[in-house]
Amino acid sequence: MAKPELMDYDKAIELFEPVLGFEVHVELNTRSKMFSDAPNPAHPDFHVAEANTQITPVDLGLPGSLPVVNEEAIKYSISLGLALGCSIAPSSRFARKNYFYPDLAKNYQISQFDEPIAFDGNVEVELADGRTFQIPIERAHMEEDAGKLTHVGGATGRIQGAEYSLVDYNRAGVPLVEIVTNIIYGAEGDAPELAKAYVSAIRDIVVSLGISEARMERGNLRCDANISLSPRGSGKLGTRTETKNVNSLRSVERAIRYEIQRQAAILAGGGTIIQETRHWHEDTGRTSAGRPKSDADDYRYFPEPDLLPVEPSTQLIEELRAALPEPPAVRHRRLKESWGFTDLEFQDVVNSGLLVEVEATVTAGASAQQARKWWTGEIARLANAAGEDAATLVSPQQVANLVALIDDGTLTDRLARQVLEGVIAGEGTPAEVVESRGLAVVSDDTALIAAIDDALASQPDVLAKIRDGKVQAAGAVIGAVMKAMRGQADAARVRELVLERANA
Amino acid sequence: MITTEQVAHLANLARIALTPAEIDKLTGELGTIVDSIAKVSEVAGPDVPATSHPIRLVNVSRPDVPGATLSTEEALAGAPEHDGARFKVSAILGEEQ
Amino acid sequence: MTFTRMTASELGEKLAAKEISSVEVTKAHLDRIEAVDGDIHAFLHVSASALSTAADVDSRRLAGEAMGPLAGVPIAIKDVLCTHDMPSTAGSRMLEGWTPPYDATVVRKLREAHLVPLGKTNMDEFAMGSSTEHSAFGPTHNPWDLERIPGGSGGGSAAAVAAFEAPLALGSDTGGSIRQPAAVTGSVGVKPTYGGVSRYGAIALASSLDQVGPVTRTVLDAALLHDVIGGHDPRDSTSLRDEWPVFADAARAGRDGRSLKGTRIGVVKELNGEGFQAGVRSRFAEALDIMSAAGAEIVEVSAPNFEYAIAAYYLILPAEASSNLAKFDSVRFGLRVNPAGGGTVEDVMAATREAGFGDEVKRRIILGTYALSAGYYDAYYGSAQKVRTLIQRDFDAAFEKVDVLVSPSAPTTAFKLGEKLDDPLAMYLNDITTIPANLAGVPGMGLPMGLAPEDGLPTGMQIMAPARADARLYSVGGALEALLEDSWGHTMISQAPALEPTEMFAARGGEV
Ligand SMILES: [Mg+2]
Ligand SMILES: [Zn+2]
Repeated sequence: MAKPELMDYDKAIELFEPVLGFEVHVELNTRSKMFSDAPNPAHPDFHVAEANTQITPVDLGLPGSLPVVNEEAIKYSISLGLALGCSIAPSSRFARKNYFYPDLAKNYQISQFDEPIAFDGNVEVELADGRTFQIPIERAHMEEDAGKLTHVGGATGRIQGAEYSLVDYNRAGVPLVEIVTNIIYGAEGDAPELAKAYVSAIRDIVVSLGISEARMERGNLRCDANISLSPRGSGKLGTRTETKNVNSLRSVERAIRYEIQRQAAILAGGGTIIQETRHWHEDTGRTSAGRPKSDADDYRYFPEPDLLPVEPSTQLIEELRAALPEPPAVRHRRLKESWGFTDLEFQDVVNSGLLVEVEATVTAGASAQQARKWWTGEIARLANAAGEDAATLVSPQQVANLVALIDDGTLTDRLARQVLEGVIAGEGTPAEVVESRGLAVVSDDTALIAAIDDALASQPDVLAKIRDGKVQAAGAVIGAVMKAMRGQADAARVRELVLERANA
Repeated sequence: MITTEQVAHLANLARIALTPAEIDKLTGELGTIVDSIAKVSEVAGPDVPATSHPIRLVNVSRPDVPGATLSTEEALAGAPEHDGARFKVSAILGEEQ
Repeated sequence: MTFTRMTASELGEKLAAKEISSVEVTKAHLDRIEAVDGDIHAFLHVSASALSTAADVDSRRLAGEAMGPLAGVPIAIKDVLCTHDMPSTAGSRMLEGWTPPYDATVVRKLREAHLVPLGKTNMDEFAMGSSTEHSAFGPTHNPWDLERIPGGSGGGSAAAVAAFEAPLALGSDTGGSIRQPAAVTGSVGVKPTYGGVSRYGAIALASSLDQVGPVTRTVLDAALLHDVIGGHDPRDSTSLRDEWPVFADAARAGRDGRSLKGTRIGVVKELNGEGFQAGVRSRFAEALDIMSAAGAEIVEVSAPNFEYAIAAYYLILPAEASSNLAKFDSVRFGLRVNPAGGGTVEDVMAATREAGFGDEVKRRIILGTYALSAGYYDAYYGSAQKVRTLIQRDFDAAFEKVDVLVSPSAPTTAFKLGEKLDDPLAMYLNDITTIPANLAGVPGMGLPMGLAPEDGLPTGMQIMAPARADARLYSVGGALEALLEDSWGHTMISQAPALEPTEMFAARGGEV
């Protein structure tokens, strides 16, 4: 693949107005699937399973099998619609989207088409500098996920050049809500950041509703980003591309930025943009061309005859509305106050997309400042180095446990960083890593005194200086002791003991 | 008028490798059939609602409770080809939708 | 009387009284199948475990287990229904040898009521057809005349009961596939109210039209079987939650009363006109006279939109079928055909579907794909769904005036095998009488109405009732059946040819 021309980002924004649109798929964490009573692998109890073991005749599309809607998935979808500021349709229905693909057991996807369950909403997102932006939501509709393909042979796991493919239908029928935005104008140079902030906002919403695990790297939350460039002053919309496979918040931002630069270079060079899906490659930081979109895509939608209209009562809708968690803006104000954060500290947490994690860590017992410090500091640094989202590295509970070990004196910050590495490497809980790596602070004075006496004996000149009242000289001894203890000592206590022993 | 190109396109959408002779024959037959059924578009005005279910029910759903699943043997028993756990298919040309 | 000549209700009574055993009865039917099915070809598969199932029922009965009225009675099952212990092919090459890992709900109910499955019956491929000539495994022959069609798509089930190979059978009716075969084989068939019987495990043709129903030789037997298979099924979203009356009670009351006093019977003007065979019309007129003499009030009613029923049906059915049949793609089950020289999965799917589907199936898939495709949806599929509303309104208006509607079940007696094979449109017109009930979801029954004088072949009467009023079919049908038999002095099916055993084909005919 020849390296494509990219235009300088600022130059691109000067010449073109980016126009955005997003389709976000959310896997619901109901216990059973959308249309069958197979266990739902998007529920934490059923994550790990052998291929093709979480299926019924319905999920395999066996002849004669019929779908039945999961009532909990309907409720989750209504709650999500309400949280997105949508109207809930008094009557919505399912439709069949017909196309052949080996991961689609029936060769049609049960989705919603002309009558989605939720429509006309709005999501407020916050940029790093605190400005807010309104994202218009066109619709949110219910549908089912497809199975998983593994491509074998040829170029590493890619569809192109593979010899054959293997299909696992465990994921087939996992309940999805697809959230579709209207066309988004006015993002300007903030487009990449806005994209990230939008997906992050959706993630915050579904997490606060408790309706999805919302792990992007696991595909619980998937974003298709549509982007086109409109030449300034032309008043015309450009041709859009749809970038898929964007499986972290970070890559949402990078992919949009990349597409703006790529499209701008093509347009400025007199070329045309092809309407197509594009695939984001995390490793190279580029997108590559995928399936061309055309009007020949004829999905032959028609009302699903095996399912009936969904007509939620006003009472149900109002019950679900009453049970909604507070809106993000209100929540932000409340958290900032209760944590006693400065504007800067709070914005730092929001911008790093770690509000949910910090809150969960506080709930798990850590102080707000410690939770903030660890998530936006060391964990974010490690995540950045690994090219992953911080939330995927450790759980809030583990961070809270780590903080507790610092608070009770078992660990120093320095030791805690080593423990964190162990936890991320999968060596177990913080307590287990402390144990297995032997990282606890040495709190037994006997061992410290022995090391101090050794150090004092080998540096008689220093000993003399201390006895002369030159307390700063103790530093050399303290350093030697800390080294001997391989860092696992509390420096303040060592200092105390050095002075005590020297003057004994 | 239905053309052979249309029938060929429909056959592609329906994933049936019709032979040219079949396409020719079907083009003629479909023309006749469509002529005789096209009158449906003349009967009902815009005020007539469509009926997609003969007996209208609403809100039919089931509780969110997992039930029995197929065993691997049952799932794979009818498969033309599998690797003991997954269904095996030839290389895929197109991409997912 | 031999076991095979007895009705299911008679067999059930004698079995309950322990006068006879299920093993004897089952054996008699297996012997009959062996003797005549080489000529009839009603069965695609004969169960290897029928006798052991029968023995199990007998021993349970001897142990004092409480059982339903049809316990121990053998039954044939249309091959469109999934059976976990027998292949289920829907008459298609596509599913040759496929045994599903589950039972259709109606099959589960049969087993729970201790009926004895004899085997799977032949049908037009995926139930597309009116003659059973579109079966991938060869046609079924009409027991009244082996040169003629047994109707379709459920020709196998109808022929099985008409040829005394089984006292009972299950069918499925999307546009008449139970009632039209009943008409041309002299049997009784009922399409229940849509949602009255579960569709779970019935290989779908057109989901909004399909209904499973009984195929028998008497109205009472149909009612007894309907009582077994009916009722709510949580696995079928379109299944009704109604509490149903006991249909056998309605059938018995109709038969015993032999009276139609005060019953308003509507004759559908549009379903008895041109194109209907003379003998069909004369038998129909006689039946109306008999009902009138029994106190019924005969009223002519008009259903002006029925004229558009066939057109709407041949848009809705292919559209839904084109989608329902997309699952036959060679990935998870069924046939796989690899194109010469290999190819991508897309090529394999297309080659499989080319080789695995018969002409009629391909014709309807292409038609349905066309009806749903961008630019044509509103004119075709959308309009057809509106016509459906108009037809429902015609039914509603008619049922304001009458209790049941009647028409001949089929416009002609059985035609010759091959006669309409090359003229799909002529074949489609055969379902003119039965299609409206499917479009509206109302129940319909087909029952014998006498032999047409010109060819000596069976004709059928269709009775239709409002949605959920299936019991009316059984009370009116039971009365009409008794009145007609009184007038003839015998049952119509007793006039069917005896069928000589066919030595050449004696071995478990037509197993696939
Ligand atoms: Mg999309
Ligand atoms: Zn989607």
